[in-house]
Amino acid sequence: MTPIVLTLQLAAITTLLLLLISVPLAYWLAYTKWKFKPIVETLVSMPLVLPPTVLGFYLLLAFSPSNGFGQWLDQYLGLQLVFSFEGLVVASIIYSLPFMVHPIQSGFTRLSPSLREAAYMLGKSKWTTLRKVLLPNIKPSLLTGIVLAFAHTIGEFGVVLMIGGNREGETRVASIAIYDEVESLNYQAAHQYSLVLMAIAFSILLLVYLTNGGHFKALWK
Amino acid sequence: MIDLSLSKRLNAPGGEMLLQLELQIDKGQLVGLYGKSGAGKTSLLRLLAGLTQADEGRIVVDGKVWLDKQKRIDLPPQKRNIGFVFQDYALFPNMTVAENLHFARSKGQSDQIIKEIIDVMELGDLQNKSPQSLSGGQQQRVALARALVQRPQILLLDEPLSALDPDLRYKLQQYILNVHRQFQLTTILISHDVAEMLRLADRCVVLDEGKIVQQAPPMVIFGSQHPGEQFSLTGEIIGIHQVGSDLYLSVLCGTAVLKVQSPHGPTAKWKIGDQIQLSATAFQATIHKSGS
Repeated sequence: MTPIVLTLQLAAITTLLLLLISVPLAYWLAYTKWKFKPIVETLVSMPLVLPPTVLGFYLLLAFSPSNGFGQWLDQYLGLQLVFSFEGLVVASIIYSLPFMVHPIQSGFTRLSPSLREAAYMLGKSKWTTLRKVLLPNIKPSLLTGIVLAFAHTIGEFGVVLMIGGNREGETRVASIAIYDEVESLNYQAAHQYSLVLMAIAFSILLLVYLTNGGHFKALWK
Repeated sequence: MIDLSLSKRLNAPGGEMLLQLELQIDKGQLVGLYGKSGAGKTSLLRLLAGLTQADEGRIVVDGKVWLDKQKRIDLPPQKRNIGFVFQDYALFPNMTVAENLHFARSKGQSDQIIKEIIDVMELGDLQNKSPQSLSGGQQQRVALARALVQRPQILLLDEPLSALDPDLRYKLQQYILNVHRQFQLTTILISHDVAEMLRLADRCVVLDEGKIVQQAPPMVIFGSQHPGEQFSLTGEIIGIHQVGSDLYLSVLCGTAVLKVQSPHGPTAKWKIGDQIQLSATAFQATIHKSGS
């Protein structure tokens, strides 16, 4: 079951880091009046339409030690991002970025602007306003972002294959393992992995619908 | 004392509009802003609060410069010490009434003021409720209370009572008058309601297309325009009936329909929808107390 554990680890770490990146990014996108904002929005949304293999291919080139950037990472940060777990995390963050940023951004824009302004009129800083007023009022959006990013990371294949390869215990996540088992006609093992993934996907999505549908609202408060 | 002179280009629904305002308000005054929607009333409040950026101009409050575009002084909204009551009340849905009030405290401020405000605004029973569970009038009181926690010098009210029914309106007007006096505020209030203006405002400022077109006590602005008249109403003709050789008009004044005989008889050229003014020079009014 190592590939399943590895998948869950990857998804958990990716989701956590994504949350830290996406809240400020979504906040900025929701409220900025910068005229080049559409370009940033486009870049964030690219993974939605780009084949994962394209993304994986360019990341592979960028992270490769034979390249300037890859060399720099290796020399100064001691990071080898090609065929490593760290590389998978970085690639997954980029790949799942829109799934976290979009719900949070639309959560911010749906809030009445007067909530933010009322907090400012009460002398509260932007930081306090974000923490005490904005984030608590977009909890359903945060939850949606977390779950979508987590689920999407579990389901990725193309990017992982390109940049992670198939190293046992390091980059061999569930989706790769299934492909591998099927290729060697070991359907039994493929079934096991697949069923576990199905169960996880179903439970996660069910949890979202129950929660945002108000069934668990008392718990989530 | 507030002394402001501001200009700002606005994208109004009917095209671009230039807001150009010069206004002095004495300490302790209650000023009513009156005008059609889109005249720039809300923008004036927002500019004063620092929520909207002026293109040009200065704001000086009690000798302190809040805004001076030329000298690049611009105090952020947080530093302007204004209590602002938004049209949609803007109560924080994630906090109870009490939490909304406590959140409003500045650092190190004691709870005493909150107790005092809860008393004045009669919010004792509502403290543990969430804002969503309150009626419009209750939300309004909480919003007003919250705006007062930091002891602002200036209170800005953006059409605070427009969504309330007449009885509640009357009560809340009393609350506004009370806190205005008790906390020695300088208050600016937007209203479409003439009765509200007459009741609350020391001075009425009329805006039209981004300019101040009139400022005077509300009695002067809304009172009778023709000397000698003792009674005058404006209304709209909603029905015309002929009985014999007399012509009767049904006139809608506010929410009441009055039936009057047309002085010109059947030859008069009234039509439904005409805006008319009813007046009488000498009459004996009969007055009853309504309701209770």
